[in-house]
Amino acid sequence: MSEPVIKTEKLTKRFGDFIAADALSFDVMPGEIFGFLGANGAGKTTAMRMLCGLSKPTSGEATVAGYDVYRETDLIKKNIGYMSQKFSLYEDLTVVENIRFYAGIYGLTDKAIREKSEALLDQLGMTHEAKKLVSELPLGWKQKLSFSVAVIHQPKVVFLDEPTGGVDPVTRRQFWDLIYDASDKGMTVFVTTHYMDEAEYCNRVSIMVDGRIDALDSPQNLKKQFSVHSMDEVFYQLARGAKRTAD
Amino acid sequence: MKQLLSFVRKEFHHVFRDRKTLLMLFGLPIVQIILFGFALTNEIKNAKIVVADYSKDFSSRRITDKIEASRYFDVEKNLLSHEEIELAFKEGKIKMAVVFPENFGNDLLHLNKAQIQVIADASDINTATTLTNYVSSIVADYQAQLLVNNSVPYRIMPEVRMLYNPQLKGEHTFIPGMMAMIMMLVCVMMTAISIVREKELGTMEILLVSPFKPMMVIASKLVPYLLISLINITSILLLSYFFLHLPVKGSILLLYAEGLLFILCSLSLGLLISTVSQSQQTAMFGSLMATMLPTLLLSGFMFPIENMPLPLQVISNVVPSKWFNIIVKSIMIKGLGFSAIWKETLIIGGMTVFLLALSYRKFKIRLA
Amino acid sequence: MRTLKFLLQKEFLQIFRNKTLLRSILIAPLMQLIILPWAANYEVKNISLAIVDNDHSGYSQKLATKIFSSGYFKPAGAGLSYREAEKLIESDQADIILEIPPGFERNLVREGQQKLFIAANAINGTKALVGSGYLGGIITGFNSEIRLQWITPPRFNPAPVIEITASNWYNPLMNYKVFMVPGILVMLVTMIGSMMCALNIVKEKEIGTIEQINVTPIRKYHFILGKLIPFWVIGMVVFTLGLVIAWLLYGIVPLGNIGLLYAFLAVYLLAVLGIGLLISTYSTTQQQAMSLSFFFIMIFNLMSGLFTPIESMPGWAQVITQFNPLSYFISVMRMVVLKGSEFSDISHSLLVVSVFAVVLNGWAILNYRKTS
Repeated sequence: MSEPVIKTEKLTKRFGDFIAADALSFDVMPGEIFGFLGANGAGKTTAMRMLCGLSKPTSGEATVAGYDVYRETDLIKKNIGYMSQKFSLYEDLTVVENIRFYAGIYGLTDKAIREKSEALLDQLGMTHEAKKLVSELPLGWKQKLSFSVAVIHQPKVVFLDEPTGGVDPVTRRQFWDLIYDASDKGMTVFVTTHYMDEAEYCNRVSIMVDGRIDALDSPQNLKKQFSVHSMDEVFYQLARGAKRTAD
Repeated sequence: MKQLLSFVRKEFHHVFRDRKTLLMLFGLPIVQIILFGFALTNEIKNAKIVVADYSKDFSSRRITDKIEASRYFDVEKNLLSHEEIELAFKEGKIKMAVVFPENFGNDLLHLNKAQIQVIADASDINTATTLTNYVSSIVADYQAQLLVNNSVPYRIMPEVRMLYNPQLKGEHTFIPGMMAMIMMLVCVMMTAISIVREKELGTMEILLVSPFKPMMVIASKLVPYLLISLINITSILLLSYFFLHLPVKGSILLLYAEGLLFILCSLSLGLLISTVSQSQQTAMFGSLMATMLPTLLLSGFMFPIENMPLPLQVISNVVPSKWFNIIVKSIMIKGLGFSAIWKETLIIGGMTVFLLALSYRKFKIRLA
Repeated sequence: MRTLKFLLQKEFLQIFRNKTLLRSILIAPLMQLIILPWAANYEVKNISLAIVDNDHSGYSQKLATKIFSSGYFKPAGAGLSYREAEKLIESDQADIILEIPPGFERNLVREGQQKLFIAANAINGTKALVGSGYLGGIITGFNSEIRLQWITPPRFNPAPVIEITASNWYNPLMNYKVFMVPGILVMLVTMIGSMMCALNIVKEKEIGTIEQINVTPIRKYHFILGKLIPFWVIGMVVFTLGLVIAWLLYGIVPLGNIGLLYAFLAVYLLAVLGIGLLISTYSTTQQQAMSLSFFFIMIFNLMSGLFTPIESMPGWAQVITQFNPLSYFISVMRMVVLKGSEFSDISHSLLVVSVFAVVLNGWAILNYRKTS
């Protein structure tokens, strides 16, 4: 439990003159639920894309699951799961076909795929919907399914990019149960969100403003530090100083 | 009204921010004019042919010289056997073989009648026909020279005049068709795609729950494409005037009015397609099938309608481009006025109203 | 390998589930092959001829009868004045006017020569030219007939006649459909292959699923192969379907080796899919992909020699056709199907198209890497 699973040191990404992510340094420990907060355009998604091996950093160091983000992106990809704010399942495939596809490309054996999909459908209570097209499912179900598919290969880290956008509070609660479940199994969860109540569920939270990390601690400590009662107020105090506006 | 304007502005941003698409939409007519105007002709130059002269007499040499002198042919004089000629054809090396049989000179001298064998590679009919015609006219020319010596009585001399297009330019025929094609691309396909795209990405729902009339939301999506089409008509007319020296003989105002009507008709078609398709790909292939192909095939722009079998001729009547084609030709080339094209105008107008009504109904049903 | 299996499975599932798309893939070529060869007919026939007979003599009527019995012309109106005939031309009801001046017969006999006036609607240049040519030929024939009537045959020394016997190899009946169908088939395979391939990839970009694919261990070449193979198969199927239609409907059976055709097609499809792939790397929305592919396919089609012969293009345009994969396949199709050409005849084209396939796909893959 000593080695951090995500480790960044002055990680920076520039697009021309624009510094999307400015010298980010933080560690995430195994099994941790790490909240990544910030207003739109603060640089959350950019940071996350670098950690997933989707874009090359301009400078700085970072390792994910022990692999370097410059040279070992292929190995990183084998060891992470990812679920984006955009919808990542194929709407024109059925539930079970989506599960099979993603399990297959992560190299699970046929036997494992069969067992996994049964267990997964069972856990989500979607056994009857197995043959339905994803497009026919309600949004909340899609997102739960999406998450389960993202962790089907039991990755070391799972990245969630605003996973609960647009769903009702009850479904959100159920979604977080899935996240806790994964974390209990030792998976590290790296999650960006808009919802401050969700920030309270995290072990530790970082808040990005204008490409920099302005605060990083557990929700309790942050509230204490800013002497307020909710994460909402913490966020408000920090975001007030932001220069960039969402586009 | 102000709300409508702000919607329209949003659509303009969408359309005009996508530089690549815009470049294609504006570039297409320009490229087409250049290709149709300068590259796609039926006049053949320097076609590789073989002349096999087994007779080697005065006449055959004279005719060969004439063939060589023409810019149509690139002559290779070779005494090839039948098999060798066949091989050359198979390899695609030659397009035609002109064979003077051994007794050609003798026959011409003594029987007053001789034969030249012309073998064309008819796997390309267009080339074959054109080349055969060229050779025929060269030979006919030679004959006429022979004739000059004998003066023939009782001559009927036809005098031929080419109306509207004395230089027999090919560009006349494709300008109207090209306009129609571009409208189909811009007004039908692009419009349908952009509406269905909002459906597909779910942003349409957001627009539809806004306090504005749904039809207004849709109408504002059409405006940029209307503008693009008008620009395209203008660029086609300018290019054809400056590059192809093809002025509009009739009233330009009338041409624009008719163009606008046709644009509206196409937009309603695009609207209709967008209301019945669920995905962008369906909308695309739908518009390809329902508009592009009929315009290309059945509007009389590429292929003459009167040559088609009757069922196709009947079907061609429901293709709006066919009527537009007639209208543009009448105004641009023949210089006729409204009285000559009121029927066609009425037909397109009727189609527009019908299409609009139909898509309005479909739209209502979908919302309900 | 295993990754590829799952990718292919997914693609085929998606393609077969999209019934509308599938229908257009299969029906569009059918329709085109059925309609286009009938429509794409440049043969000049049924020319509407308006005769303005100001002479009303026995000869003028004889001439009219001879013209209409030739089969090339059909009468437009009767007993017309020149003004009326002109109106018919304006409204496209007549293509050519033949005006016989008053005193035609009398002048011909007395003065030994007489003019006739032909006016053709030259908006359709080919029709005007060919039509007036036919008409001229018929008049010449008529001329020699009456000449023979009036002159005692033995005294007249006829002019020498050189006859041209034209034989049209490979398509002796000059059947337009035989000529068009192989070319149209190439056009179809090209359109379907490149557009569908481009749209399919861009759709994943637009919806966002490509993001998900990019964070999985799938390698780029897996992903690209997973996209190429299904559309390669579809291209093969469409082509086969087209050949069957060509055989059933038009009785076209390739003279040459079918295996050779398929071998060429296999390479050609790679090049075409490469175009689609390349377009997809340059587009972010399906609308963009569509307008890009439409633009290029339009140019490829026009510059392919399908509708107008390449030989008739100016030099610069002929250079363009050398960079157009379509023109190679169309000429190979015509060679193999109509002439029975063999491998050695088409080896050069095959080589060029292979180079296209390698360059286009290589370019696309390089570009694909950069954009992600």
